[in-house]
Amino acid sequence: MIDNSIILPLIVNLFAAIIQLFFWRKTVAQRIISIAACFIVMLLSAQLVGKVYNGDILIMEAANWKAPFGIVFVADLFSSVLVLFSSLAGLAVSVFSAAGIGRARMLYGYFPIFHFLMMGLIGAFLTGDIFNLYVWFEVIIISSFVLMTLGGRKPQIEGAVKYMAMNILASTFFLTGIAVLYGVTGTLNMADLSLKVAAHENRNLINITAIFFIIGFGIKSAVFPLYFWLPSSYHTPPSAVVAAFGGLLTKVGLYALFRVCTLIFIPDAFMQNLLIWLAIFTILTGSFGAFIKRDIRKMFSYLIVCHIGFILAGLGIFTEVALVGALLYLFHDIMVKTNMFLIAGLIRQLRGTMNMDKLGGLYTDYPKISLLIAIVLFSLVGVPPLSGFWPKIYLFEAGFMSDRYLVVGAIIIGSFITLYVIAKMWIDVFWKAPPAAADGGEGAIVDKFKTFPLSKKALLVSPIVLLAAISLYMGLCTENIALAAKQIAAEMMDTAPYVEAVLKTH
Amino acid sequence: MKSIILKTASTYLLPILLLFSIFILLRGHYYPGGGFVGGLIAAIAFVLHGFTYGVDGTLKLMPFHPGALIPIGLGLAAMSMFLPVFFGKPVMSSLWLPMPIPVIGMIGTTLFFDIGVYLVVIGVVLTILFSISQYSENG
Repeated sequence: MIDNSIILPLIVNLFAAIIQLFFWRKTVAQRIISIAACFIVMLLSAQLVGKVYNGDILIMEAANWKAPFGIVFVADLFSSVLVLFSSLAGLAVSVFSAAGIGRARMLYGYFPIFHFLMMGLIGAFLTGDIFNLYVWFEVIIISSFVLMTLGGRKPQIEGAVKYMAMNILASTFFLTGIAVLYGVTGTLNMADLSLKVAAHENRNLINITAIFFIIGFGIKSAVFPLYFWLPSSYHTPPSAVVAAFGGLLTKVGLYALFRVCTLIFIPDAFMQNLLIWLAIFTILTGSFGAFIKRDIRKMFSYLIVCHIGFILAGLGIFTEVALVGALLYLFHDIMVKTNMFLIAGLIRQLRGTMNMDKLGGLYTDYPKISLLIAIVLFSLVGVPPLSGFWPKIYLFEAGFMSDRYLVVGAIIIGSFITLYVIAKMWIDVFWKAPPAAADGGEGAIVDKFKTFPLSKKALLVSPIVLLAAISLYMGLCTENIALAAKQIAAEMMDTAPYVEAVLKTH
Repeated sequence: MKSIILKTASTYLLPILLLFSIFILLRGHYYPGGGFVGGLIAAIAFVLHGFTYGVDGTLKLMPFHPGALIPIGLGLAAMSMFLPVFFGKPVMSSLWLPMPIPVIGMIGTTLFFDIGVYLVVIGVVLTILFSISQYSENG
């Protein structure tokens, strides 16, 4: 069904960015426009989910060019739900940035670039053309380079170089894959590719092309063995920026992997094993890395890698139950990882440092904020009945049903190590007495938060409350989310409606 | 750069190159050319002027900093992209006036999109080059 309004969340972000460019020196106006635009985008994406919830697949043919030839934008439930979750995360990051980002960064265009990043994300979720997907990835990585280097401190540049080198390598793989695929099939439309790749007789060539895509998206979503750029670059920019990166950028890579693997290259036994082994190693390396880090944001970065493995495992098992688990984990992860980095930023405002050795005693000073953070940490660990618990049930069930005991073991190890590092962090940051400021005032606590006006405090805490509330909802009313996830998984296993909606609308 | 030839030439070349860039911009719909190339030529005209008179001399010619062209151009391109939605067509469809206008010819949203690209390219190229050369001129 044709619906030209599915593109609106993207357009609003584009216009928000352009209007903010006109207010280049007026940071207050930029903050107001950014929060308002994010709110509108959230409402529009909620409306979009409402439209596709009954199983409709809406398409928009850009510039009125018909489907296999022109670029189509497709909103099925998978992309719409991800647009909704990323706009929620975007709203939270935007509100937090209004207080958490320094004025100097705003003067160099922080907010316009942030909206270009959001535009790229929404475009990547909505597009139905594989080359257009590449273009949106470029929009995303160019905006993220700017956000990562904005401020120009030396560690930032160092992190950005690693980030940029690996992401450009990933884009090259992705682009090579597209080129080969176009040479083989002569089309770039994903629905058309789905038919032509399935009908192609040279399976080896198709499998090699699939490997290009897996490498490209694997680097972008920080999958073993090429994950190391993530922990070595995510601790350098401001926390609000990393919240958007950690919550959304790796997930868009996973989205692309899910889309490509369910629509175009249906995994055979070899590919399933490959994905499962990648997932196992990703979980193990990510969780072992999180063990030894004493900086909160470095530890969280390794946890991102670890939990990417959980989602990848679901794709590797490739049954409907496993996909439900992976999708639930993906939704949970977007909310919780964004929130974790916002919390890291808040802790920095409360204490002036993010090193766990120097932190302590937050619980006695700020009991309410600590309880709020505890909810988020419990969701991350997956304490029942919170949101991290339910996806694992589905993943275990799928693992046992298809006799993949190794991956179940890896998920259990990953979960235990997550529990351990989060418990250790809780003790260090919240319960431990703060270290004495004896060594020359170096360890002294700098509590900037206490001196802030109430409005600024509200701007810093309210996004965390918003995301924590969504996490709570996803845990306590998980049947609603699971219903959507089941529908998406069914659409992934049977892609005929998607193909039909894109190719045979007239 | 102190050279009488360059100085005389660049004074005359600036308006000629600007006119040429507009010519390239307008012929771009059916022939080689368009907003991007036109914008580059216009930017080169100002860069040549800047070689001779220094960046500050060139900036004096302009009513505002070229960076301000970026949002204007982006806004124009985005508006012409979004305009078809009000006529019930998908984003980026081209709309044309029913009758050709004398001398100019057919006018449609694609022209405004190209003008937007033209302005953005001038703005971006001049902002980058002027920032670098101001940095190196002033130490």
